[in-house]
Amino acid sequence: MFRDAALVFGKDLRLELRSRVGLNQVVPFAVLVLVLFAFALDPDSGVLTRATAGLFWVAVLLAALLAVQRAFSVETSDGVADALRLSGLEPAGIFLGKVGSLAVQLIALEVVLGAGVVLFYGADPTGVGLLVVTALVATLGLAAAGAVYGAIAAGLRVRDTLLPLLLLPAVAPVLIGATQAFEAALDGVPGDGWPWAALLGIFALLYLAFGVLMFGPLLEEA
Amino acid sequence: MTESRHPAEGRNRPGPAGTSSAGTKVLGLVTIAGLVTLVLFAFVFSPADTDLGETVRIMYVHVPSAIVTYLAFALTAVGSAVYLKNRSEFWDLLAWSSAEIGVLFCGLMLVTGMLWGRPTWGTYWVWDARLTSTAVMFLLYVGYLALRRVPGEGEVVARRAAVVGLGAVLIVPIVHKSVDWWRSLHQEATTLGQLDPEIDGLQYFTLFLGMAAFGCLFVWLVMHRFRVAYLARQVESSGLQAAIAERRAEAVGDGSAAESRQTSTSEGVSP
Amino acid sequence: MNEWPYIIGAWAAVSAALVAYVAWILVRGRQLSRQVPPEERRWM
Repeated sequence: MFRDAALVFGKDLRLELRSRVGLNQVVPFAVLVLVLFAFALDPDSGVLTRATAGLFWVAVLLAALLAVQRAFSVETSDGVADALRLSGLEPAGIFLGKVGSLAVQLIALEVVLGAGVVLFYGADPTGVGLLVVTALVATLGLAAAGAVYGAIAAGLRVRDTLLPLLLLPAVAPVLIGATQAFEAALDGVPGDGWPWAALLGIFALLYLAFGVLMFGPLLEEA
Repeated sequence: MTESRHPAEGRNRPGPAGTSSAGTKVLGLVTIAGLVTLVLFAFVFSPADTDLGETVRIMYVHVPSAIVTYLAFALTAVGSAVYLKNRSEFWDLLAWSSAEIGVLFCGLMLVTGMLWGRPTWGTYWVWDARLTSTAVMFLLYVGYLALRRVPGEGEVVARRAAVVGLGAVLIVPIVHKSVDWWRSLHQEATTLGQLDPEIDGLQYFTLFLGMAAFGCLFVWLVMHRFRVAYLARQVESSGLQAAIAERRAEAVGDGSAAESRQTSTSEGVSP
Repeated sequence: MNEWPYIIGAWAAVSAALVAYVAWILVRGRQLSRQVPPEERRWM
């Protein structure tokens, strides 16, 4: 299972490095979202600084939608899905590989966005330990849920509109938990943030287990 | 309902004109009687609440709606799980029917909750833990129904919907926990927490009457909705068979014309 | 504050939605029943 996961993980990242869709499109989109927030919320009123944590994670969620769509559109074109099924890879391995490559891309994105909020919104990164741990577990949960719902929407004619409807309510706890933990860190009271990081960890574990169990039926031949 | 078809019923006996059967007719009458009694108790016999005043009367539809919602979504989860295990059409359709009814009652729970909140809290919507997590749950199952309506993919959609139906019950407790935690930083308003302690005996009775009547209604609705879904699938598959037969007849009659049409349609459908 | 509009509104919303849904189910069931042979639809 883990060998298969490593194969899929490597394949997806190589694909991503060669095509650079993430770098050329998803990252600029996420930065654009940050700029749009500044237009929508008066930058002089201090709202941006106070809402930094929430705005950061909303930008991550929106960009994650694109990344998930991308991760599964590369599988459904040109009969790759059939090739993947015939390759004899374990579904659970494919799932974990997808989660891994999605998580790596999202982490890279969060680094860029993090620099963005520090530069544009004047956020003051305190409580770095909590920030890093929260980002890691939240990203893992996001990637796991994204892989599950990405596979559910993959290949359907309505996938582009269906995926946000399925994924966004399901990751509501990630948005709440990560925002609260980030706020606690930025406010200099990391003690309030750790329970949220734990909740995010439970979310991630739950979705990882769910995906490992469910990817078999999801990838099955029609 | 293939599995419940009764062998003792003779082949000569005509099928019913709709989705009613003797069982659902009796259940339907019981439900109507229960709902009429509920209206009487809710508006005539039960007193206004000492705390909530007259608005307690909204609770007699709000709470039963909530119960039915949870019942329906639990049934969807069970149906989804069993479907993934044994792939029986029965459980698949049951999960779907139940989810649709759940979304209906979840919507009613939200609407009645808001109409209760306006006179009580002075605003239709507060970001109360229960209200918020219910809204998220509502959207989760709206997504499930949207997936179910994806046309023409048949079994694939059924399987994926089963995963969504099962996943939703995993996520609902976490959503609730996170929202609960999030809101408890600011306030601790829950709708029923305030209601419980000073509730009057007759109010309790009315509440339980509501749950019983809505429970009967739920069973009636699931049975009928299931039969509609079953019939729809029969029509769909017979339509498909007819289309295939037609195509085959065409191919036999006029080979070249059918072939050219086939290639053009396959081009049109491919993504 | 007068609470009765909200109480009536809540009950009216519930009644209307349920009546509409039940009517839809029954009508749709009858429509579909006509297209399915009787031996395919013997209920419990």
